[in-house]
Amino acid sequence: MSVNVLRLREWSNPIRPVRREVLTATPEVDEGRPPVLFVPGFGHAAWAYNEHWLEHTASRGFPAYALSLRGQGGSGPDKKATLRAYAHDVVQVAASLPKRAVIVGHGAGALVVSHALARYPARAGVLVAPVLGGVNAAMRNPGLVLPALFGGGLRLPAAQLFSRELPVAAARGYARRLGRASTRAQWQLLWGTEPEPPVGAPPVLVVGSPDDRIVAPNALKQAARRFGGAPLLFPGMGHDMMLDARWREPIDAILDWLEKN
Amino acid sequence: MSHGLQDYSSEATGTTLWRDGWPVYDRGETVCVIGAGPSGLAAVKNLKEAGFGVDCYERETNVGGAWNWRHDRSPVYGSTHLISSKPLTQYPDFPMPDDWPDYPHHTRVLSYLERYADHFELRPHIWFGTEVVKVEPADDGTWDVTTRSTSKYGGAARIHRYAGVIVANGHNWSPKMPSYEGLEDYRGQVVHASAYKDSSQLRNKRVLVVGGGNTGCDIAVEAAQLATRCWHSTRRGYWYAPKYVMGRPTDQVNDQLLGLGVPFRVRQWLAQRTVKLSVGDVTRFGLPEPDHKIYQSHPIVNSQLLYYVGHGGISPVGEIARFHRHEVELKDGSRIEPDLVVLATGYRPTFEFLAPELLGIDAHGRPKLYLHTFPRRFPTLAVAGLVQPDAGVFPLAHWQSVAFARYLRARQVAPARAAAFGRRVESHAGDSWHDGRTTDSTRHWFEVSHVTYLRELQRAIDTLEGAR
Repeated sequence: MSVNVLRLREWSNPIRPVRREVLTATPEVDEGRPPVLFVPGFGHAAWAYNEHWLEHTASRGFPAYALSLRGQGGSGPDKKATLRAYAHDVVQVAASLPKRAVIVGHGAGALVVSHALARYPARAGVLVAPVLGGVNAAMRNPGLVLPALFGGGLRLPAAQLFSRELPVAAARGYARRLGRASTRAQWQLLWGTEPEPPVGAPPVLVVGSPDDRIVAPNALKQAARRFGGAPLLFPGMGHDMMLDARWREPIDAILDWLEKN
Repeated sequence: MSHGLQDYSSEATGTTLWRDGWPVYDRGETVCVIGAGPSGLAAVKNLKEAGFGVDCYERETNVGGAWNWRHDRSPVYGSTHLISSKPLTQYPDFPMPDDWPDYPHHTRVLSYLERYADHFELRPHIWFGTEVVKVEPADDGTWDVTTRSTSKYGGAARIHRYAGVIVANGHNWSPKMPSYEGLEDYRGQVVHASAYKDSSQLRNKRVLVVGGGNTGCDIAVEAAQLATRCWHSTRRGYWYAPKYVMGRPTDQVNDQLLGLGVPFRVRQWLAQRTVKLSVGDVTRFGLPEPDHKIYQSHPIVNSQLLYYVGHGGISPVGEIARFHRHEVELKDGSRIEPDLVVLATGYRPTFEFLAPELLGIDAHGRPKLYLHTFPRRFPTLAVAGLVQPDAGVFPLAHWQSVAFARYLRARQVAPARAAAFGRRVESHAGDSWHDGRTTDSTRHWFEVSHVTYLRELQRAIDTLEGAR
């Protein structure tokens, strides 16, 4: 599929701005490394990265930013948010950074990032435990998805998100902070259109865990193949890799990969 | 850098390239971009993104081209705002901040261009204060580009050889001056709109604004508020489209109809109905009836002109017949006495560093190009931003340079696709990408309908990609 030049719907129907929550961690010395923008998945918000990854990324010399999509965390409300509105939020923040950014998306945030990559020539893209949508992905987690079909939120119990290594109290604490994405965006996760190919041919890395209870190992492989690579796997970890007990391993691997590129 | 001119003998040895006794520095695969305005910046970014080395030459000391009001060639005046709304004006891969207004002021547009240059790290590729003097074809589709420093102290001319050249020198800086009988004896002040910068120039003067384009209308509106008297002379009647229809930017409503697949004639009819209903009959205001249908001339988007005509701030008048010592005589025989005449009569495209035949320029000065970008005989040469769309120029210039970069790449790796593209250039050079006929004027040489234009550009890019 070739690049899409005619974007009449986007021109005639621009996304309404809402207040955006962006958390920041800056390295002590500016070493000229590119900024890294973290995009949370559905139900999550910037806080999920603020626990560990944001500071850790900055400590390794990358200016780090985490965004809350509209309607989640500290960002302004938008009950009718679409995937396009979410991708718009990502591109707006990326374009506001001083230099070309690396964009990291987690869970369904990876789908948002794939849409954003088609509208902004990122330096690189990283998809962490990506939920790229489709009916197959939903069939793996019918219990999770069913309420969403009737206008509810996706059910994300702690047991599905974290490995057993994470203390139960911490896992419950995180699960309590979860919000929900808009109903329309949840529908689009099921039946939305495929993202257009990325612009500017950025390298894309897929990171995941074979023990993720939400994303099947096969889905990881498929996602990686779409961008011409193999997934980087961290066995024993849960879906929320940035909050799980061994959060340090995947982020170090991602930053190593960025340094190598 | 010094070089002995007496050293002609080494020309024969072939170690260095020579042209007319001057050394030529071969830049290999590098592509040259002329100008660091919006079109030039997009070209630098897209060529760089496609993996080419890029040298960009800019005669000024900063980016922004026409949009940088500090530049002596900038046509921007104090009140310049965008005429097309934000989503139709911004680069397709670098949106303007969504909390900006629909029609940002020119200073914001400049800050946007500066951020674009910084974000994509384009400045290291730009040679500021360097002017291109000559561009000549060399062997195998390469180009010899002669440059010179614009600083007071000058400096010797230098010649570099490039694999391709993209010309983005703008087309709104070389004033088009009309000739009038008696103009040389006229004692009042006459300036071209390019010299109009600040509304204080109009204060307490009797002002005649000539020209019904967007600039002419803007200046007339300013004069209505500051000058003691304002006449606005236009040759024909125009459609004055409002900036907003039903509370939304007009161009966005138009694109919504386009998105619904409403055919051109129906859109034309709808637009005329809408303007007639919302703006009404302009002859009531003493303006001439439009002598063409809507979309047949470059759209005038101004919500304030009629307002000020209705409040007596602007007196619409017809064409100028001749100038007298202290007066201006109009075609209807009446005479007016302005202190200041502002000629908002437009600009003409000027490529002083290129031989006319390279762009297929005819006796009237009109280039013959495919998509107003690609010349027929010289495939490694392209012109960016030489279009007058019913939307912003930035997105069109963006895709022009994307197509050019992909073409240069295809020449190396996919000659069959490059040849297919070459056939498109050959058979469609000089076509029009404007819906409906335009009134015949040099002003409409580069008039395009952005959707029709981009659809063809999409086909060109698909040809190069081998898609479809």
